[in-house]
Amino acid sequence: MAANGITKFHDIRGDVGGICHQILPEYGYVRPGFVVVGTDSHTTTHGALGAFSFGIGATEMASAWSLGYAVNIEVPATIKVVVNGEFPPFVGPKDLILKIIGTLTAQGANYKVLEFHGDTIRKMSTSGRIAICNMSVEAGATSGIVPGDEETVRYLREESGVKDAIPCVVPDADATYERVVEIDVSKLEPQIACPHTVDNVKPVQEVAGTKVQQIVIGSCTNGRLDDLAAAADILRGKKVAEGTRMLVFPASGKIFAQALDKGYLHDFMKAGAVVMNSGCGPCLGVHEGALGDDETALSTTNRNFKGRMGNPKSQVYLCSPSVAAASAITGVITDPSKN
Amino acid sequence: MAKVIIKLENDISTDDIYPGRYMATVLPSETPQFAFADRTDFNTRLRAKEFPAGSIIAGGENFGCGSSREQACSTLKGYDVAVVAKSIARIFLQNSINLGLQVVLCPGLEASEGDDLQITEDRVLNMTTGNSFGQVKLPAARKGIMDAGGLIPYTRKLLMARARA
Repeated sequence: MAANGITKFHDIRGDVGGICHQILPEYGYVRPGFVVVGTDSHTTTHGALGAFSFGIGATEMASAWSLGYAVNIEVPATIKVVVNGEFPPFVGPKDLILKIIGTLTAQGANYKVLEFHGDTIRKMSTSGRIAICNMSVEAGATSGIVPGDEETVRYLREESGVKDAIPCVVPDADATYERVVEIDVSKLEPQIACPHTVDNVKPVQEVAGTKVQQIVIGSCTNGRLDDLAAAADILRGKKVAEGTRMLVFPASGKIFAQALDKGYLHDFMKAGAVVMNSGCGPCLGVHEGALGDDETALSTTNRNFKGRMGNPKSQVYLCSPSVAAASAITGVITDPSKN
Repeated sequence: MAKVIIKLENDISTDDIYPGRYMATVLPSETPQFAFADRTDFNTRLRAKEFPAGSIIAGGENFGCGSSREQACSTLKGYDVAVVAKSIARIFLQNSINLGLQVVLCPGLEASEGDDLQITEDRVLNMTTGNSFGQVKLPAARKGIMDAGGLIPYTRKLLMARARA
């Protein structure tokens, strides 16, 4: 690293380590108006800070490094998503993006950008915006973008420690959109993506009672402090059901430390959950919770493809941290707003 | 003319084409052994070299969705098969072009396993059923990469031109 002058290397460490999509915003590496490429499909995450950010393959990254620009991109068409209304209790950004993916379908935004507007988005924390932009790729989107605003500047200043100017790039008044999708979240119920596609989205209530062997809270989608807080609030003083194991993965070392200070990790451990190291966990089926035959997982991660969590004979449901925590207590899929 | 060696459903993910547990394997010479690893029969037939070069994987909508893993393309490129699908997810399509894996976008495609297809400049002819389907052409920028034989030779050409300038 030193020989190559690489100064922003985040190794596997308990202090500055973590999931790349958490580290980039956390350390202020991404700013509004940046063009960001990454060799991971969830690079869409960084649109939450007003950047145009998209995933590419390894060869394309090597090409971009050697040339200084990415050759394989055209200006995509944009779908404007306007979100208004106040979230009901136990409903939030994850439920919203699942609802959007279910509506648009898994390829509804292929080769397009989702641009998020409306009161609900303006009032949403950067953490919530990250969850939404992160999963935009599950509708096929090249990128999900929340135009930079006061909250973006606040986040970069207060949480990422950025000192220099943060100019925001915002859409022109006469910007053209391929289509406008309007959503009112004031009556939105908790949502769940059922096996084996992310667009197989239903209200949680429709599959309530389904037995789950593993609960996962974490990932680049929902492993941040507010996600852990939502789960800890539900689990505090309760126990994870017998026959269900619950794994918690803070998205970064920094979040791990914050959750430790706030007592959330203690809440999880007392409830019988296993607090794991910060990182991707079993999301992509490689380690730390890969599923057994015929097991069902309920997870706050972003993909439920057949075999995704390491076993083609298992099933994965995707939900918010609140739904995951409520279900950990009962051992079956549970709608926290109905309990 | 080439045979359809497998007909797949919609939303085939890169996890299906190349399961995550093999992601530590990256060399194009080594990834082919894990192509569709969880579809044991098809994987076995691929590894047994049952299918001649140019054989066709017929996909539905949104082929190659999900992870950006390039192994999902190199694993197929290793067998020199072609993918003909109704639609293809963005990153998979770009990776295919970059690695020189033949991909054809054919929104109206109707083909079953065993059918003989003829791929022309702008159409896909199903010689078994007698039907013919239009192709969606790739954007010009992408065609330049394909014509160069992939992104590595294309990038090399750009770098050499820069060095000469």
